[in-house]
Amino acid sequence: MEPIIKIIKSASLATIVDKLKGRYPRLYAPVKKQELVELEVINGFNDIAQDYLLTTQSVKKLAFPRVEKILDYTLQKGNIQQQSPDTSNFPETVLFGIRPCDASGFRSLTAIFNGDKPDEFYKSRYEKLIIISFACNKADAYCFCTSVGGNPGNTEGSDIQFTPVDNDEMLVEILTEKGKAVADLFSDLLSDCDKPVDKQAYLANVPVVFDVNKVIDNTTKSFNNEMLWINQSLRCIGCGACAFVCPTCACFDIQDEQNMKQGARLRLWDSCGFSLFTLHTSGHNPRHIQSHRWRQRLMHKFSYMPEQLKVVGCEGCGRCSRACPVDMNIKEHLLQIAEL
Amino acid sequence: MSDILINKVKQLLSDKAIDIFIGHGEGTGGRIRPIFVRTPEDAEQLIFNENCKQSWANYLLKPEVKAAGKIGMMATKHALRAMMQLASEFQIKDNEVLALYWDNNELKSSADFKEIEAYLASQNHDILPHEQEMIDKLNAMTTQERWDFWQKEYEKCIKCYACRSACPMCYCHHCAAEGNQPQWIPVASHQLGNMDWHLMRAMHLSGRCINCGACAKVCPMHIPLNLLTYNLITPIQQEFGAIAGMKHDATYALSTFKTEDKENFIL
Repeated sequence: MEPIIKIIKSASLATIVDKLKGRYPRLYAPVKKQELVELEVINGFNDIAQDYLLTTQSVKKLAFPRVEKILDYTLQKGNIQQQSPDTSNFPETVLFGIRPCDASGFRSLTAIFNGDKPDEFYKSRYEKLIIISFACNKADAYCFCTSVGGNPGNTEGSDIQFTPVDNDEMLVEILTEKGKAVADLFSDLLSDCDKPVDKQAYLANVPVVFDVNKVIDNTTKSFNNEMLWINQSLRCIGCGACAFVCPTCACFDIQDEQNMKQGARLRLWDSCGFSLFTLHTSGHNPRHIQSHRWRQRLMHKFSYMPEQLKVVGCEGCGRCSRACPVDMNIKEHLLQIAEL
Repeated sequence: MSDILINKVKQLLSDKAIDIFIGHGEGTGGRIRPIFVRTPEDAEQLIFNENCKQSWANYLLKPEVKAAGKIGMMATKHALRAMMQLASEFQIKDNEVLALYWDNNELKSSADFKEIEAYLASQNHDILPHEQEMIDKLNAMTTQERWDFWQKEYEKCIKCYACRSACPMCYCHHCAAEGNQPQWIPVASHQLGNMDWHLMRAMHLSGRCINCGACAKVCPMHIPLNLLTYNLITPIQQEFGAIAGMKHDATYALSTFKTEDKENFIL
């Protein structure tokens, strides 16, 4: 639908949060917890972190939780009874105050999970999400959304977007039918936009550092450039921090937890950075060294996904770089690849 | 300090005394990152200042690093202790790794275990006061309070295994967390899976932890994991008279029988 543009007083945010909470008990927002900023269910406006760049973890956990039970079963006298968890009743969930790079991250996740055959768990959870994002008015040295097709005011994936503008006011963009229904809850607080607002002027400045098409071409061409991958990943210690905080990493592991009588099948986050990820039962590991795993990480995001799913598997949020124990700054590595 | 280090590494690389040097470099926004130097020109990127406290000993066993040839390393006190502990576990050999370290503002270099041991013996290895304070606080708690404290911390864990990857002593090719015949530790990052993982890791590091604190420093969820392993240092020291990483030929306290071992645990 055509976006509806409104203006709201920043001071009204607390009232909006109250109204949302009244209608949607599962209201998630960024909450400061010591060094972390986490997306959590809030009770009111005062719970929301005041000054945050983005949440430590991405929002993917709301549609793709780190532990998802996909099957229950019981074993009785040789009889196996299976039961799939009910996916029709996931509660409606509002994500309030997430960033544009998180909202647009669902593009990749949806392409992966709902590609050929929709994944009922992802699909059902995602359908219940109402996404109210806040455009970024600041960025840090890790941000590079503008280099991968995004921008600090990108509305893709959001139902409503707020942008702080002058005079303690916020620009409100109502972007979808879902967003319109939610905005009706606080329509009395919205006023019409008398004159056009130059949204761009209020956004963070995130310079474009590389041409993503060059990255796509060059990663695809560089599969056999062993020294490139070894040099880039020499300091990589092979943990999964990057993949687990990433808004688009979707690889998972299936594990059964059971006793003699019953069990559950779980879908768990996994990471291509782990040596176990590709270890065969025979003992052979086709990605036997870390450089091959690092290559896989970049090839998947910048070669296989663009080719097969027509999306780039990166939103430029920089979480992987911030979380990396050894400062593997992906922006630098992508720039190096673009300049090959 | 950086200049002295750079000149030394340049010389070592030109003399072919080493093929690759692991040191501290400038990272993003003032962070410190490990850098790998193979040519005298690249040595210019090395830095050393009061923020360079990280140990890079966990790279000594990485296949791509080993494949580069003879390794030199800027070694903090913890990195040297990690080397001694790795040696005692037969993971590195005498004269295999050239360690550069600061001794009273003098840059020394040695690959000789005896020399490194002598230097370590002259240093203080106590854990830092604020860390000890935290451990004392935990030990003063009731069992329930301590349980609650750790459950809240484990809840944050996303099982990225950065703690394991950063730990110089977590080098097992086949980690117990990855065994599935039988499955000792639940793979899932749920309450039980997280707790089992951290307790198992702490037990495997009892008497082996060289208190570098890397596990806690790298945790993206800021869990103070070092307190788990640090808490096991004092009991081992009291019962067996040793802390890890001081001797290249030390025997592991928990798997070695000595006639003078205390037997007061036998009822």
